[in-house]
Amino acid sequence: MPKPVRELLANSPCLAILIGLILVPQIVSNLYVLQVMSFMGIYVMLALSLNLLNGYLGLLSIGHAAFYGIGAYSSAKLVMEAGFPFLAAMLGAGAVSGFFGYFIARPTLRLSGIYMTLATLGFNMVLFLVLQNWMSFTNGPLGIMNIPGPVILGWKVDSRADYYYLMIILVVLTLVSMRRLMNSRFGRALVAIRENELAAEAAGVHTTRYKVQAFVLSSFYAGVAGSFYAHFVKFISPDSFYIYESFVLLAMLALGGQGNLIGPVVGACCLIVIPEVFRFLQEYRMFVYGGILVVMMLFRRQGILGGRDYSLRLPWFQEKPRQVYLRGDKFLPEEEQTPSLGG
Amino acid sequence: MILEQLVNGLTQGAVYALLALGFTMIFGTLRMVTFAHGEVYMIGAYVGFEVIRLISPNFFLALAAALAATALLGIIIEILAFHFLRDAPHSTSLLVTIGVSIVLVNATQLLWGPETLALPHALLDRMDYGEVEIGGVYITYFQVLVMGVTVLLMLILYFFINRTRLGMVIRATAQDYEAAYAMGVNVDLVFMVAFAVGSMLGGVAGVLVGVYYNLFYPTMGGLYGLKAFSAAVVGGLTSLPGAVVSGLMIGVVETFTVELGTSSLRHMVSFLLMILILIFRPSGLFRGKELVRVRGD
Repeated sequence: MPKPVRELLANSPCLAILIGLILVPQIVSNLYVLQVMSFMGIYVMLALSLNLLNGYLGLLSIGHAAFYGIGAYSSAKLVMEAGFPFLAAMLGAGAVSGFFGYFIARPTLRLSGIYMTLATLGFNMVLFLVLQNWMSFTNGPLGIMNIPGPVILGWKVDSRADYYYLMIILVVLTLVSMRRLMNSRFGRALVAIRENELAAEAAGVHTTRYKVQAFVLSSFYAGVAGSFYAHFVKFISPDSFYIYESFVLLAMLALGGQGNLIGPVVGACCLIVIPEVFRFLQEYRMFVYGGILVVMMLFRRQGILGGRDYSLRLPWFQEKPRQVYLRGDKFLPEEEQTPSLGG
Repeated sequence: MILEQLVNGLTQGAVYALLALGFTMIFGTLRMVTFAHGEVYMIGAYVGFEVIRLISPNFFLALAAALAATALLGIIIEILAFHFLRDAPHSTSLLVTIGVSIVLVNATQLLWGPETLALPHALLDRMDYGEVEIGGVYITYFQVLVMGVTVLLMLILYFFINRTRLGMVIRATAQDYEAAYAMGVNVDLVFMVAFAVGSMLGGVAGVLVGVYYNLFYPTMGGLYGLKAFSAAVVGGLTSLPGAVVSGLMIGVVETFTVELGTSSLRHMVSFLLMILILIFRPSGLFRGKELVRVRGD
């Protein structure tokens, strides 16, 4: 079988899910369902971006909503005041987020992990207070209203279904790019740092540089999610980016499991759907999130999906791993092969 | 005027110092950060509120009740977040304390409602709410009380840590808990005591602030706890005198930023200070021993 066909067949479960998701607006005419699903997409993106740090890298960021907020505000500002087209504003929002991520990560990531955790918390608080008090720029607690909907190369995103499709595109891009990233040298280096930082460094991984890069990337994704949020809801206020929002993301990772790509998706979907389905829970939403954090950490730290990396590929179409020759030309059995960090 | 603001700032700072001392007690012995401290403080305030409202307008009775309640709460949190998770990575305990804090805020909201409660003035009047004049500066009776209680507690804590046998055991455990365990110290008990003492300091702060401003609401612990936490970080996270000094400092600086007409900056002071400290001097303003190694690049 030629390689592209084999790839396609191996990925058929993913494709089936994707086609199912694309068909949803054709079958479901309920706008509310589409709206909830778009929200789910935002949180899937956010959870995945946080997963890059908390899951793959093993650091703990507890102020991730800050980057989400920076993305939302900068995108709104870029479109409304600088007159950027939507796509440029979305990338710009990600870049601004990434810049702030660098600004926080560069000095603190040299230190032991807890300092970065504290810095993210402090940054989230400072950002919230800035958004709330800088009246002339952010309009304070009143927030920014009437943010225009996105227009992408002539496609005017207007109806709920349009937004839903845009969200699907973003989520697929996020997932595909993250998977490629995590299977590359970069991803393996992150996992190596998580497993044993000293050993990774001894093996030639520039740990600080990789950590900072991961932080910036994670902020970038969060910024893009924030940009979509701003143009989707059309109204942003500081309250949406308070530290509680970061805690919700932590609860999603705790529930679904982290360090793989499926866990955060499942966690985000569950925590968005549960309060919507059980309406009486709406009032106790945060209560449930807090409880989930405590219970999951005490009884099932690896999340409901466990610590394994679930793959949605059909195994019988997958390529066999290349044989590695080491020590001259002698072929070594698999268990004796030195794991290689190169990608 | 400046002197009066200084007194206000010191009163505010005394409360931050109390809370920061709690954080430092807990981090110093367990080497773990708790995020439920602000909520312990809030629960202390509510317990004090209920005692004054229902039993008698006696401030010290309220303090005693809050002490008992927060000690118990501290022990529960220690068991949940640290006792069961001693071998787990730090982040796990941290996440549990975040979860506990969310649950406590929302449980309070369910029990007492989300609105701001206040003690009736009839009760407050019976608690002797006067002011004294010292060298032209008016200080309310309550400010004296807040600072007096704070100083008293700091002295007690100082003697407890440095002069008693249990204090010595706590110091030994803080230094190296495995070695302490090998010497026959009941490490689990020490952790529990340290956590309970830290929480009691938070509870006292809750009653003091609650009655001082006469405002009780479920999210009162959030901002206060985080600010006190930054005070603890500025103080170095393991140094008790550091926590006191930086708590007082943040209180004074905050009050003076309001005085200078930039009240929107007020809440930011402590967090900015914390980030700056983390960037430039992560072992804290008052460098003691370096507990977490700073690796050169």
